Amino acid sequence: MTTTTLPARTAPFFASPRRSARVLPGFNLTLGFAVLYLSLIVLIPLSALVLKTFTLTWPQFWEAVTSPRVMASYRLTFGAAFIAALVNAVFGLLIAWVLVRYSFPGKKIVDALVDLPFALPTAVAGISLTALLAGNGWVGQFFEPYGIQLAFNPNGVVIALIFVGLPFVVRTVQPVLEDAEKELEEAATCLGATRWQTFSRVIYPSIAPALLTGFAMAFARGIGEYGSVIFIAGNMPMVSEITPLIIIGKLEQYDYAGATAVATVMLVISFILLLVINGLQGWQRKRSAGASQ
Amino acid sequence: MSQNTLRTPQRGTTEAAWVRYTLTGIALAFMFLFLVLPLAAVFTEALRKGWDAYWEALKEPDAWSAIRLTLITAAVAVPLNLIFGVAAAWAIAKYEFRGKSFLTTLIDLPFSVSPVVAGLIYVLVFGAQGWLGPWLMEHDIKIVFAVPGIILATMFVTLPFIARELIPLMQAQGNEEEQAAIVLGATGWQTFWRVTLPNIKWGLIYGVILCNARAMGEFGAVSVVSGHIRGQTNTMPLHVEVLYNEYQSAAAFAVASLLALLALVTLAIKSVVEWRHEREMKTIAERPPEKPHTQPSPAAVPRNRGGLTQETPDKARP
Repeated sequence: MTTTTLPARTAPFFASPRRSARVLPGFNLTLGFAVLYLSLIVLIPLSALVLKTFTLTWPQFWEAVTSPRVMASYRLTFGAAFIAALVNAVFGLLIAWVLVRYSFPGKKIVDALVDLPFALPTAVAGISLTALLAGNGWVGQFFEPYGIQLAFNPNGVVIALIFVGLPFVVRTVQPVLEDAEKELEEAATCLGATRWQTFSRVIYPSIAPALLTGFAMAFARGIGEYGSVIFIAGNMPMVSEITPLIIIGKLEQYDYAGATAVATVMLVISFILLLVINGLQGWQRKRSAGASQ
Repeated sequence: MSQNTLRTPQRGTTEAAWVRYTLTGIALAFMFLFLVLPLAAVFTEALRKGWDAYWEALKEPDAWSAIRLTLITAAVAVPLNLIFGVAAAWAIAKYEFRGKSFLTTLIDLPFSVSPVVAGLIYVLVFGAQGWLGPWLMEHDIKIVFAVPGIILATMFVTLPFIARELIPLMQAQGNEEEQAAIVLGATGWQTFWRVTLPNIKWGLIYGVILCNARAMGEFGAVSVVSGHIRGQTNTMPLHVEVLYNEYQSAAAFAVASLLALLALVTLAIKSVVEWRHEREMKTIAERPPEKPHTQPSPAAVPRNRGGLTQETPDKARP
């Protein structure tokens, strides 16, 4: 496993593996199948989107992606996703902490329940949250007398996005907390640190990359989320209409060019976020590798 | 500081009791509000009009065809993604090649693409105005607004699940066992079935059930390509939406309750798999170190990894 391998300059993009690993068969078969499948299902259809965008002229594209209604949807989508991811960062960290550090009855069930938003179809989450938060719902009825509406406005969007994003933070922070070295905390305590100082100066720096990764994942998921949001949002243009719904609306009016333009903007943003998340994960790996040495 | 000195020494790495209880209380309250209540609401709303109405809603032909379509979709999409996941994980985890990290990023792409965009791209390829639209029309093949489109969109959305689960697992396990098997004369398939598969089975099951849950529950992508033809191209989540928008709330929640049950079963299987895996790792870790005389180590293979992975090929339980 030396790190000084220099791939031959003439090698094709997916070059053959190094000689030392050649003992195992199936490289060409598995890589070939994986690349073919990925191309057919993901890459070619995605390139259709990009190519379709290029058939638009620049003013057409610009008008489609910056019309006031679309701009309002960006503000709502990104704002709500950001707030939801922030809430999830705080409570996700708290839940991960409680699950790792404390013991209480039913902990295993609580731990399993964290993944509910991954397993529960978004449409089900959407109608059920709407039923809860509507003015006559279990939760909504307590807010109704104070004139606070939780459903059918941007509040509902934020709440739905908190629901779908929660497991991302918990599940990225949890393993890092589990691996954290108790010795460091003991040392900090022995040196006279208060518990809060130990947390903020010793524990928090070691989990910060994971927390940020979880935040970014929840944010990315929130931007693209559709199923759970459309039921609860009320979908009023300029007020509570999310960007994915704009795409659907344009499609239903057979405005394929407009839908494609907005979709391209979303695709570019999600690609950037994907790269950011990958970078964060690399940082986290480096951090934990450095800590264990 | 004066309080600190009063504490017993082992309290150094935990908090005071009241802090523990408060934090646990807040965490549990948050989870109750955001996870338990929505789940409970699904079943309560579904049974609001009683069991008879509940069964009526599920027995309706449109509901049945939605259930059937959902099962068909998952039955096609999950096995295909399983084959892809295993192949991709084998190539990525077992070999070094250029463009590997790029390929890994590409596999993650469907996770970050909005489901609506995922549906849209298939409309752009196969739709009437799309690339292949005219040709498909000529040959009278329907993909978008028909079942194949639904399956394709589902495959796109669920593509990463199994691969994502297997890649880190197979990377952590290394190549030694497979290399040993090959050196000892096993064929590639034998190596895969007898050595690799037993090692990755928990990760595989884990990935498959998550993939299945998403395949059956996908809404956004499927909603774009389905065309919403009742009784023909409505999956269960889409049927829920149709009923809900028609103000048949109890019926919508009845179908939704089936999906919620699916989610609960998924979580249960997932937890069992995790506990099994943990227990297995523990028994492996607690096993006494190998004696060099009883277990000849594969000589041709350099020993450059921890002892954990070396011990797994003999599945004999202690």
